[in-house]
Amino acid sequence: MEYMVEVNNVYYSYRKHEQDKEHLALCGVNLKVKKGEFVVVIGHNGSGKSTLSKHINAIYLPKEGDIFVNGMNTRDISKLWEIRQTAGMVFQNPDNQIVATIVEEDVAFGPENMGIDPEEIKRRVDFALRSVKMEEYAKHAPHLLSGGQKQRVAIAGILAMKPKCIILDEPTAMLDPSGRKEVIDTIKKLNKEEGITIILITHFMEEAVDADRVVVMDDGKIVTEGTPREVFSKVELLKDLGLDVPQVTELAYELRKSGLNIRQDIITIDELVEELCRLR
Amino acid sequence: MIKDITIGQYLPGDSVVHRLDPRIKIILSTIYVIDLFLINSFLGYLYVAIFTALVILISKIPFKYIFKSLKPILWILIFTGVLNAFLTPGNVVAKVGPFSVTDKGLYLAAFMVIRIIFLIVGTSVLTLTTSPIALTDGIELLLNPFKKIGVPAHELAMMMTIALRFIPTLIDETDKIIKAQKARGADFESGNIINRAKNLIPILVPLFINSFRRADELALAMEARCYRGGEGRTRMKQFNINKNDYLALTVMLLFVVISILSRR
Amino acid sequence: MPIKIKNLTFKYMTGTPFEKTALDNVSLEINDGEFIGLIGHTGSGKSTLIQHLNGLLKPTSGEIYIDDVCITAKGVDLKKIRQLVGLVFQYPEHQLFEETVYKDVAYGPRNLGLDEKEIEERVKKALEVVGINYEKYKDKSPFDLSGGQKRRVAIAGVLAMQPKVLILDEPTAGLDPKGRDEILYNIKRLHEEYKITVILVSHSMDDVAELADRLIVMYKGKNILQGTPKEVFKNVETLEKIGLAVPQVKYLVNSLNRKGFNINEDIITVSEARDAILKILRGEEK
Repeated sequence: MEYMVEVNNVYYSYRKHEQDKEHLALCGVNLKVKKGEFVVVIGHNGSGKSTLSKHINAIYLPKEGDIFVNGMNTRDISKLWEIRQTAGMVFQNPDNQIVATIVEEDVAFGPENMGIDPEEIKRRVDFALRSVKMEEYAKHAPHLLSGGQKQRVAIAGILAMKPKCIILDEPTAMLDPSGRKEVIDTIKKLNKEEGITIILITHFMEEAVDADRVVVMDDGKIVTEGTPREVFSKVELLKDLGLDVPQVTELAYELRKSGLNIRQDIITIDELVEELCRLR
Repeated sequence: MIKDITIGQYLPGDSVVHRLDPRIKIILSTIYVIDLFLINSFLGYLYVAIFTALVILISKIPFKYIFKSLKPILWILIFTGVLNAFLTPGNVVAKVGPFSVTDKGLYLAAFMVIRIIFLIVGTSVLTLTTSPIALTDGIELLLNPFKKIGVPAHELAMMMTIALRFIPTLIDETDKIIKAQKARGADFESGNIINRAKNLIPILVPLFINSFRRADELALAMEARCYRGGEGRTRMKQFNINKNDYLALTVMLLFVVISILSRR
Repeated sequence: MPIKIKNLTFKYMTGTPFEKTALDNVSLEINDGEFIGLIGHTGSGKSTLIQHLNGLLKPTSGEIYIDDVCITAKGVDLKKIRQLVGLVFQYPEHQLFEETVYKDVAYGPRNLGLDEKEIEERVKKALEVVGINYEKYKDKSPFDLSGGQKRRVAIAGVLAMQPKVLILDEPTAGLDPKGRDEILYNIKRLHEEYKITVILVSHSMDDVAELADRLIVMYKGKNILQGTPKEVFKNVETLEKIGLAVPQVKYLVNSLNRKGFNINEDIITVSEARDAILKILRGEEK
């Protein structure tokens, strides 16, 4: 099996209130995520990105179409727990996903649910806390940690389940810049060093720069996808969708528009400096 | 003000008492409480006083924390004492207006007050030397055998854990909501009782709504981490009953025998 | 309405081993009608500072004057101060509680004891300022609105007090770029049209760089830097050391200058950078 996650022509709709009309949240989404890939899904609130992420963890089941996680159909109820263990999920609010009153006990929560041997749980908890650099805080109370630290504990809680894939639903939305950096660095490290497939949902463009692939969603559909370079170069489209582009990309776009002959796909400061030096 | 409330009043330490298995500690405390009700002589309570003081000394808890735990029940103590002193029939020893104090009443009052004091001191030693988590684990493990007759041991423990986890969060949140409504001109300090109760609505409604939202998200996160109740669940932390636990149990039983022998 | 802060110190849990100094001898002046960006990472003391400005917290020592009235003195009418200095907390939508948008926004004015007609006027105006259609939304439940709308209704709840100073704590936290831009646009308009003093607490440098007249940078309870955005962003190293990012354009300008471009160090926005670069490249072409 080549793909970690396969989303095949998925439709999903829901009603907010009984009397409301069906709201179409996903309409015909197709997405294939390779094993070990780092995919960023971007879009504004209500674009369907969060709904999509909850499908991969079998929290929602599609109205139409199928989703496969490591070859398992999310409709297959007998595979439910295996799917949730394979594709772990980290949520937006760090406060509302920590269950226990001690960091290491919280990290142990997942493996405990899976019925794993106590000795093995201990090993996994140590490993998971080391991976997110929170081993010093093993005995601390979670409510006294910073937002970034809490979110790293939440990631450790998923890691201890030995997932093959982690889905993160706007994990940085409630954090300050340093917390955001801690979390993103942790995610990147897990992808590179542990080979874990990452699906990161966000609306911060900066977080997509190092991804293997960026998927842009709007109105329940995938509007465009490609390498960060390919996607960011579509400045006008992104702006139309109400999304930001990194300042250098925007500047490069403005300069091109003003008639400078520079590359269209600039995403880092160094690239723009190089281009401008060439023009001098 | 609201932040001053402490829950579980656990005092971390490394004494023999701290290190006892929580299950044993809960059993010991239960035996202690039952014993308190079996004793019916002042000599018996003298034994209890010596025994309790020794336990506190071994646990290295400053006595001031023990007394602090008695403060909130001061009024209950006075009330119990007065009620017993006046309402027990017997030989009148003093008169206060239309009420009379009897010798039997005084005797009973002293008895009840001493009993309540030891009850509180004894359970305080338990909560002061046992972390809330260990306490929860202990309760769950002790209740486990009763699962067959329908006692939801795991669910109870899970509820306690979640409550302990979210109490600080909710206290912070309440503080913030109070401040935010004050910033909109709310006044929580003046007015009559009805007005004051009405003024709580702008605090309670957001607090409830936010708690439901949190509960929703927490349930989702727990499910995503494969939570499906207590069935087939293992635990990282294993409790072992060792030499010290057996020793403590023996000492407690000895004490119970001595105190029961003091019965008149 | 000018604000003067003199030697403000605030300590938590005084007299216990957990004593912590949240504000350490802070002195500041904020002019009437100024737009201030208050920046610093979590725990820098910025949230503690703003809670002093409407009397929610009492300083351990020091004084605060608002419009030359000392609000830290005993016996001050705090209700009046809170009407003059409006404070919007982080995630203000978490404090909504009424059945309808109208009632929720009216809560503040009602606490001021205004009559029904005046209240209605104020609710209308406040909702209009934050871009919420009065007729369409006044009878809706605030809990049925979208995230961005909820937040704007909550902000309107403070605006309806008609404060002379508006303080907002991270008003864009958790919003997507569109929601963020809407809120910032509303704040900007409010400042320009009604000439009220605005203090915007933020950790997003990009947001404050374009809006604020003056930045105040907090670190460990002290105000370590202040000045116009251009002046403050010159201290790239200090800002980075205390965990704050500088707009990307600033790094670009510094890099270009190291390569021999001679761009004005003041530049902090994309459009300024574009103009400067074009000028240099075109100038050289000729």
